[in-house]
Amino acid sequence: MSTDSSLADGAGHRPAPFRPDLLAGSTFILFGLAFAIGGSRYDVGSALRMGSGYVPLALGSLLVVLGLLIMVMAFRGGDPAIRDVVRPPVPWRRGGLLVAAILFFGFFVSGLGLGPTLFVTTFIAAMAGHGTSPLKAALTAAGITALCLVVFVALLQLRLPVLGEWLGG
Amino acid sequence: MDGILLGLETALQPSNILICLLGVTLGTAVGVLPGIGPTATVALLLPITFEFDAVASLIMLAGIYYGAQYGGSTTAILLNLPGESSSVVTALDGHQMARQGRAGPALATAALGSFFAGTVGTIVLAAFAPPLAELALQFGPADYFAIVVLGLIASVALASGSTVKALAMIVLGLLLGTIGQDQFTGVPRFTFGVRELYGGLDFVSLAVGLFGVAEIIRNLESRQSASIVTKKVEGLWLSKDDFRRIRNPVLRGTALGSVLGVLPGGGHVLASFTSYSVEKNLSKDPKKFGTGVIEGVAAPESANNAAAQTSFIPLLSLGLPAHPVMALLVGAFIIQGITPGPNVINDEPELVWGLIASMWVGNLLLVLLNLPLIGVWVKMLSVPYGVMFPAIIAFASIGCYSIGLNSWDVFAIAGAGVVGYFLIRWGCEAAPLLLAFVLGPLLEENLRRSMIISRGDPSVFVTRPISASLLLLAAVIIVVAVLPSVRRKREVVFQGEDD
Repeated sequence: MSTDSSLADGAGHRPAPFRPDLLAGSTFILFGLAFAIGGSRYDVGSALRMGSGYVPLALGSLLVVLGLLIMVMAFRGGDPAIRDVVRPPVPWRRGGLLVAAILFFGFFVSGLGLGPTLFVTTFIAAMAGHGTSPLKAALTAAGITALCLVVFVALLQLRLPVLGEWLGG
Repeated sequence: MDGILLGLETALQPSNILICLLGVTLGTAVGVLPGIGPTATVALLLPITFEFDAVASLIMLAGIYYGAQYGGSTTAILLNLPGESSSVVTALDGHQMARQGRAGPALATAALGSFFAGTVGTIVLAAFAPPLAELALQFGPADYFAIVVLGLIASVALASGSTVKALAMIVLGLLLGTIGQDQFTGVPRFTFGVRELYGGLDFVSLAVGLFGVAEIIRNLESRQSASIVTKKVEGLWLSKDDFRRIRNPVLRGTALGSVLGVLPGGGHVLASFTSYSVEKNLSKDPKKFGTGVIEGVAAPESANNAAAQTSFIPLLSLGLPAHPVMALLVGAFIIQGITPGPNVINDEPELVWGLIASMWVGNLLLVLLNLPLIGVWVKMLSVPYGVMFPAIIAFASIGCYSIGLNSWDVFAIAGAGVVGYFLIRWGCEAAPLLLAFVLGPLLEENLRRSMIISRGDPSVFVTRPISASLLLLAAVIIVVAVLPSVRRKREVVFQGEDD
């Protein structure tokens, strides 16, 4: 895409564009386009009688413009607020485990019930930690599950079944 | 005056004191955990409060908020890990005091300064919210549109970092707010046929994702190496000399905080930074600031807490949240079936005044209970991160799921967490996005309504005096914010934040 080619061009004769700005800018452009295009499929209407699509189309277009401005900033030395901050690399595996844990909860809580779902969720999440062995993660998960069941089911009496319908709960 | 009495009567009911105490304790317990600021704490604990009736749940929320702020200062002082930008300044001198073995006086100063500031802030709030609400009743849709725009623009100006990025975050927040059924036509927008999304994205999920999960991913970037400087905190009492030294900084901080707290979008951050630099400039020995002077803890903590109190003024009088925690409170109001706005103070006097009075009660409880309990909070600090963050994930998932038994609310946490992590990494602040998300429907509704009333003539926004002056103010703010000279000054004010 355009991002890649501009990166390649910039590397040779002038200072490379600031990557975080390019990425932020293109993210905003993508979101802006999605909402603007999506909005234009609904009834846009007129300024007098604005339809459902009017505001998303207008704001989406504005977001594209702002995204472009941020892209321009990338070629002008980058955002001074973060330019000189050295950040460690993105923790893809750990972050991925965290997301997987949350998604697991969302997918399975109604079927498996709170108890088993929580155990698996916290186990996956715990595995994202630095230097956490599977055994340690399992112990952590068991402890947190017990704590949550006491707090949410016994004390707060949330209407969440501990065992789901798949397990005969 | 009647209002305050009614409020005290409500807040001092034994069950409400208990609720407030529970909120304060829970808030402190979660807020003290490193890397979890007040916003994340309130978002995480919000679902618990839905179990109670409206008055009790809001009292508990306010308690959680104060507890979280207090817990945040504790972490800042003992660990040098400020949970939110407003306690960054406290960490500067507070942590140095702790390293010199004066953690006790630093914590006591924070608590006493906060209590005093909170008391003054409550009085300011009680004095100004009702007349402002009265005034707001005369606002038309165009004026409301203008005041929302002003609030959003002000949050850009007060955000640290790039103005364009903050603007983009606002627009993104407004767009995310359009997801769900259109309130005028009932057309479901951007729901992709998913029935669960008709009600819109859940704001609790968004807040938990942006302020909780994103922060956890950030913390997982590198091994956590923070260690507590002192396992035992002793000598909580201040000496006579300490009292003499903190008196004026507390007074000045309270005054600054009370005024700046009303500003939308981060007045409390500005208040703590400004009061710190004021004290530094007034000091005979400014070089000592940053080496552990007690004035450097007293002023920003008072300013922060006074601002926390007065930031309720726009919420209770106009229904406008001044910062992300207030935005969460708006959500809580709505879930309780109350539309925040100028009518609330007349329609639900018990609720509003009870909330105001219980803030004061909550501050008192903080001083009375949390200082003696400091040992317990220090123990919470020694919970290893590897155990803590899975627990946060569990709490966040259960909390968001339990509100509506809706799996999409859980998926939204993950989505907001990932998008938030990357955007924050790329220098975009999350607070304007959440604020815009909550204000988005209000903005769209009033825009469309005013255009219908004016028959499509956009000049309605500049011919009505209230909306014209508010929009002019917004325009001035945005021009000033992008002017280079002001930008440099802003960088000086916020320089501590990038560390």
